[in-house]
Amino acid sequence: MSTTTAAPSAAERPAPGPRRLRTGLRSLLDAAVTPLSVDDLLDHFAPLRPGAAVGLQGRIVSVASETDDAATIVVKPGRDWQGHIPGQYVRVGVDVDGVRLWRTYSLTHGPRRDGHISITVKAIPGGAVSQHLVRTARPGQMLQLAQAEGDFVLTPPQAGNRQKLLLVTAGSGITPVIGMLRNLYSRNDAEARAAYDIVLVHSAMKRDEVIFGAELRAHAEAGRLRLIERHTDTDGLLTTDDLENEVPDLAERTAYACGPAGLLDTLEAYYGERRLTLHTERFRPTVVDVDAAGGTLTFAGSSAASVETDGSVPILDAAESAGVLMPSGCRMGICMGCVLPMKSGAVRDLRNGDLTVAVPGETHPDGVKIQTCISAAAGDCTFDH
Amino acid sequence: MTTITNKAQNPTAHLSPEDVEALGAELDAIRQSVLEARGEKDAAYIRRMVDLQRKLELGSRAVLLVSAFPPAWVLGTAGLSVAKILENMEIGHNVMHGQWDWMRDPKIHSSTWEWDNASTAEGWKHSHNEVHHTYTNIVGKDNDLGYGIMRVDEEQRWYPMYLAQPLWNFINACFFEYGIAAYDLELGKNLAKPKDKRPESFKKAAKATLRKIRKQATKDYVINPALAAPTGSFLPALAANFTANVIRNLWSHSVIMCGHFPEGVETFELKSIPEKETRGEWYLRQMLGSANISGSKLMHIMTGNLSHQIEHHLFPDLPSSRYAEVAPQVRAIFEKYGLNYHSAPLPQQVGSAWHRVVRLSFPNGWLATTNAKNLPTQLKMLYALATADRRTRRVIQLRLEREARKIEAAKAA
Repeated sequence: MSTTTAAPSAAERPAPGPRRLRTGLRSLLDAAVTPLSVDDLLDHFAPLRPGAAVGLQGRIVSVASETDDAATIVVKPGRDWQGHIPGQYVRVGVDVDGVRLWRTYSLTHGPRRDGHISITVKAIPGGAVSQHLVRTARPGQMLQLAQAEGDFVLTPPQAGNRQKLLLVTAGSGITPVIGMLRNLYSRNDAEARAAYDIVLVHSAMKRDEVIFGAELRAHAEAGRLRLIERHTDTDGLLTTDDLENEVPDLAERTAYACGPAGLLDTLEAYYGERRLTLHTERFRPTVVDVDAAGGTLTFAGSSAASVETDGSVPILDAAESAGVLMPSGCRMGICMGCVLPMKSGAVRDLRNGDLTVAVPGETHPDGVKIQTCISAAAGDCTFDH
Repeated sequence: MTTITNKAQNPTAHLSPEDVEALGAELDAIRQSVLEARGEKDAAYIRRMVDLQRKLELGSRAVLLVSAFPPAWVLGTAGLSVAKILENMEIGHNVMHGQWDWMRDPKIHSSTWEWDNASTAEGWKHSHNEVHHTYTNIVGKDNDLGYGIMRVDEEQRWYPMYLAQPLWNFINACFFEYGIAAYDLELGKNLAKPKDKRPESFKKAAKATLRKIRKQATKDYVINPALAAPTGSFLPALAANFTANVIRNLWSHSVIMCGHFPEGVETFELKSIPEKETRGEWYLRQMLGSANISGSKLMHIMTGNLSHQIEHHLFPDLPSSRYAEVAPQVRAIFEKYGLNYHSAPLPQQVGSAWHRVVRLSFPNGWLATTNAKNLPTQLKMLYALATADRRTRRVIQLRLEREARKIEAAKAA
C-alpha cells in the first residue's frame, strides 16, 4: 500500500510575497501609531474607503422632498457596501443632537449605476430620527450604515412563466415596493412586463399624501401595473372584503404586504386561513414598554441569568443580590466602571429620571451602553453580559 | 495642611446638614441644565478636537522624518509635545471619564478609548475615576495625594527620607506616565508581598501594563526613529520623541499638582467621612478639595480643562468644554455658602504646590521658622530631629511648632 500526498495547489500555498509584504508593512505602520491603528487615522481623510475603522458609512448626496413630510435621501455608501436586492432594508445610524440613533429604512432605489442608494423617510410626529432626516439632514453629512438585510424580495423572473403578484401597501409601507418597481422598469421595460403581472393596492391618508403618488400613477397609466389607490379620509381603512372585491383573482396571486401592524395582522390571519402565500415586512418588530417600573433583567451573555427587580433599585444592586457577578466601581455614577451594553429594554437614571431605551433594529446593533449603578429598570431589559 | 476635622477652624463649621443638602441640590440643578443643553455643538467640538490632534501628531511625526535639520527638529518636537498633551488631557482623560458616552459613538467612548500613555486605560479608569474621584483628598485612601511616596500632610509622620521628596517629585514629574502606571498597579504595595501572595488581578494588570509600555516605547524610540533613519535622522527623531514625552509629563504633572496640592486646599480624615456619605456631603468634599487655574482659553484646553478642577470634580462626567460656562454659577454657590473658591494663575498655583512639597519635606514648622540668620542652629535642630531619641525629638518638635505659630500670629497682626 502506498500513500501519495498531493502537492498543495496554488491556492493553498502561503501568501505570495507582495501580500506578505503588505501585511508586514501594515503592522509596522500600526506599531508606529499605537494605540491607534493606521485605519483610525485614514478615517480622518477617507471615511468611505474599504476597511474603514469606524465601520461602513455613507455620505448624503441629496435630500429631495416627496410630500410635505416625506423626503428621499440619496446616499453614497462606503466601498464596503455589498449591494442589495430591491425590497431589502438598511439600518442607518444618524447623529441627532449629537446622539447616535439607529433606525431601519427600506431601500427605495434598486441598484443604480452610480452606486448610490436611497431611503425614503416619512417624518413621524415626535420621531427624532425621521424628523431630523426629513427636515435637517443636508448633503455632505455622514451616516452610519449596516449591510442590506431582509427577505422581502421578489422571486427572480422565470422564462415563459408570468408571475402574478399582489402588492398591498399602506403609508410608508410603499417604500420597499417602490424599490422593487424602480428596479424592474428602469432596466428593461418589455422584459419586466413579460415577467410580472402586478396589482398594487395602496392605502394612504389623503391623495396628496401618497408618497411617490405621481410615479405610481405614471406606472399605472403606462400599463405596467394595475393601481388601486385607497384614501382613508374618504374610503376608510382597507379591509379584506375590499381586497376581495377589487382583486377577484386574489387567490392566484403571490402577495407581498408592507404597512402598519394592524393591516399586516389582518392580512396574515386572512391568508393563513386560506393557506395562501403572503410575504410581509414589518417596520417596528419590537415595542419596548417604557412606562413600567421594574421588570425582568436578562443577562444574555456568559452570565446567563435572569433577575426580577423593581424600579427603585439600581440594576447593579439587583443583579448582585441575585448572585450575578457584575463589573462595578464607584457606585455613584462617576467612574464608568459598571457600564454594560443593553440590547433591548428601557432604564431610568435614578438621579434625574432620564429614560434610556434600546430597541433591537433601532438602536446600535451592539446595544446601548448604560451605567448599571445609577440606572433602574423601566421595563424588561436584556444585557449582553 | 491639616485635615479639616483637625483644624482649629473647620471651614465647614458654619454649614448645617440642611445647608449641605441644599447646596447639593443647587449643584444638581446646574448639572441637569448642562445635560439638557448638550447636543450637536458639543459633539462637533470633541470630533474637531480629535481630528485636530491626530492631524497635528501625524504632521509633527512627518516633520521629524527630517529632524536632522534643526528647525525641523524644533517644529516637530513642539508639535508632537502639544499633540501628546492634547491626547492625554483634553481628549483621553475626559473620554475615559465618560464625558462623551452620551453620543453613543463607539469610537469616542469610555469603554473603548485607549490613550497615548504608559498606563492602560483599564488601570487608569480604576485608580483615577473610581478611587481618586470617589475618595478625593481623603488621606490614606486617595493615592493621588503624594502617590503614596510623599508627605503631603502635617499629620503624616516626618522621616529624614522625606528631605529628598522635592527631588523625587521632580523625577516623578519627568517620568510621570510611568509613575501613573506604577500607582495604577499599586506597585509598591504589591511588590512588597511574596511572589505567590500577589493577587491574580495584579499579575494580569502588570502584564497588560508591561505590554502597553513595550508598545509605546517601540513606537516612540524604535519605529519612528527608524522611519527617520534614511535622512540620517534616527538619533534626532529619538531625542524628539523623548523630549516630547518629558514635556508632556512635566506639563501634566504640573496641572495635576495644581488641582489638589496648592496651599489652602483641604484634605480629609478617613474616619471623619460618614459611612453613607450623602450627595451633598460628597459635593462639599469635592468643593474644598480642589483648586482651579485661571487663564486663557488656550490654557484651559491644554490642561484638558483641569484648570476647572473644581467643576471637573463636581461633575466629572459633563463635557469638559462646558466647565467654563458653569464656573460662574459654581462660584456663586461657593460665595452663597461662605466657602473658599480656590483659583489662581498657573505660575502661582505651581509655585504654591511646590512650596507645600518643600515645606512638608521638613518637619512641621521648620521651614517657617528658618531664615538666613538662624540657618546653622536650624540645621543642627534638623539633625537632632533625624537622629536624637524620641523624647528630645518631641521637645524640639513642640518648640518648632510654637515658634511657627508665633511667626504666623505676628504676620496676621
